[in-house]
Amino acid sequence: MPTIIKKIWDRHVVTERPDGTCLLYIDRHLVHEVTSPQAFEALRLAGRKVRRPMSLLAVPDHNVPTSADRLERIEDPDSRLQIETLRENAKEAGIALFDMDDIRQGIVHVTGPENGLILPGITAVCGDSHTSTLGAFGAIAFGIGTSEVEHALATQTLWQKRPREMRITVTGAMGAGVSAKDVILAIIAKIGAGGGTGYAIEYAGEAVRRMSMEERLTICNMTIEAGGRFGMVAPDETTFSYLNGRPAAPKGAQWESAVADWKTLPTDDGASFDREESIDASRIDPQVTWGTSPEDALPVTGFVPDPSDEPDPRKRERMERALRYMDLRPGMRLTDIPVDKVFIGSCTNARIEDLRLAAGVARGRKVADGVTAMVVPGSGLVKRQAEEEGLDRIFLEAGFQWRLPGCSMCLGMNPDRLKPGERCASTSNRNFEGRQGPGGRTHLMSPMMAAAAAFTGRITDVREEL
Amino acid sequence: MIEKFVSLKAVAIPLDRENVDTDAIIPARFLKTIKRTGLGERLFHAWRFDETGTEMPDFPLNVAPYRGGKILVAGENFGCGSSREHAVWALMDYGIRAVLAPSFGDIFHNNALKNGLLPVRLAAVEVRELIRQVTESPGAKISIDLPGQNVTGPDGATYRFDIGSFPKECLLKGLDEIALTLAHQEEIDRYERDGKKKTPWLFLDL
Ligand code: SF4
Repeated sequence: MPTIIKKIWDRHVVTERPDGTCLLYIDRHLVHEVTSPQAFEALRLAGRKVRRPMSLLAVPDHNVPTSADRLERIEDPDSRLQIETLRENAKEAGIALFDMDDIRQGIVHVTGPENGLILPGITAVCGDSHTSTLGAFGAIAFGIGTSEVEHALATQTLWQKRPREMRITVTGAMGAGVSAKDVILAIIAKIGAGGGTGYAIEYAGEAVRRMSMEERLTICNMTIEAGGRFGMVAPDETTFSYLNGRPAAPKGAQWESAVADWKTLPTDDGASFDREESIDASRIDPQVTWGTSPEDALPVTGFVPDPSDEPDPRKRERMERALRYMDLRPGMRLTDIPVDKVFIGSCTNARIEDLRLAAGVARGRKVADGVTAMVVPGSGLVKRQAEEEGLDRIFLEAGFQWRLPGCSMCLGMNPDRLKPGERCASTSNRNFEGRQGPGGRTHLMSPMMAAAAAFTGRITDVREEL
Repeated sequence: MIEKFVSLKAVAIPLDRENVDTDAIIPARFLKTIKRTGLGERLFHAWRFDETGTEMPDFPLNVAPYRGGKILVAGENFGCGSSREHAVWALMDYGIRAVLAPSFGDIFHNNALKNGLLPVRLAAVEVRELIRQVTESPGAKISIDLPGQNVTGPDGATYRFDIGSFPKECLLKGLDEIALTLAHQEEIDRYERDGKKKTPWLFLDL
């Protein structure tokens, strides 16, 4: 009676060492410009070739500017060099590339799924920790470092230890103004930023079953913020209907046999996990982080915590540090925290449904004075669809910037970044010190919550704005 | 390539913080390189230097007896967050060869082993004790013996640690993992032949 995790794992074992380490076959490999150049260079130096170029997709996302003139010029020479290097490496190895002028270009974890590259039952890797996103299809998908990128390029395999298995069951139904982002923030707050270390996580339960693919992608995306090796949701009709007809998905008779196979993947009744957790979605309020770890999430109705209430001296010290960095006073209402910037984007929350939810809050409103707000679609295809639905008009009329796809302000690597001391309501996934730019302060929240903050100029309970 | 690691006796630097993420180890704006070298100068940049680039006097790396230390002793969940191997390259470029902590981010842990940076998991109380000793006597040395799988603190107390037999062998010999895997070429070929029959949709060209 195996779990879905074990079923998919066992299918991919090429060989196993006596100590239990497995040589896993890798079905799909995505590469971006930041973590791949050293891998391609090392291959070249060793005189090795990419084993199965047709299993790869290359896409620039981290460094790309999101301004309209990016095809004419990229100011930063180092960014330009990384993007050009990706282009050359892809060309030389015969790897498909969604370049900056391609409508399919976007954040690697957004563009892969929407083009049907990620299927149930597969293994997928990328030199990026948020590869965990792709597990939403019922796949083993995990982030790797550059040495492993090189190994996967050369051999189409990776040596991996079997993970411990955890099931997180989400019961109940989400209330109005609550989204998948709030559910995953609440889960991370519950199990901790290191709570998933060494584990593969299956998200299950009625609330997850009711979620769309986009919502499942948001949940799996932040698995890594709990330290989990990978996260997944068992495939079902929602998965199949999302995939059917996507460019790289199987067609015709092959589609039929694929679906029949995928239906055998879900965890068997009575299968046991190393650890079980559960959370009731109906009790989750919209969440917002106050500190510098994703585990620092609280209901928006709450208060900045007081370190003097914390008995553990090490935890107390961490809280004090975080409060100093975030420039917050213990005991203040979260809704009294002002914001300078609002960022709606990233591989966590830049898919079409996220933009629809944010636009629903934005319709007919105006961004508060002194606040700069931006929407950065996760890919060119998301952008086009949003424009067809008129979402861009809603955002532009409300005073948001509507930008070109990329990682943007999720990390301080391209021109979109916070200035020291600036405070941002952000739909991204990491509130680490300096993540959005040196000295920048990040409050993680959902797209609806971020939109609400844009209009009031402070952290806001979106339920009051609906 | 894995840089060989057998044993080491060196100055240990205390970094008494939990959840030290890879953005803190090496901020994203320094990742715009297509090389592996030169990142040591940027290690812990935001903690080590102020906005003008001046050293922050309290940060352990800037405290004279710790300078050039080769062992880092840190809190829980070291190396969490981004998969950037640049974090390992930056540590090694600075000269760090081993990190002692109660737990590590999984991807960081893997990346460290692939480069010859030894990640040593010890019990939280043991790490706390070592941090106390090297904080109270700056410049004190810790020894690490990989074949014997033990760490000896400045006071002479010895702690055992676990490591998989394969990564251990790779570290001890400085092996090229890809070459080892390519010895399984035939098994990989066979896997692909079977896969094309069983799940042909996974072998369509992108
Ligand atoms: S959007 Fe952010 S988290 Fe996602 S891949 Fe880009 S930088 Fe990483």
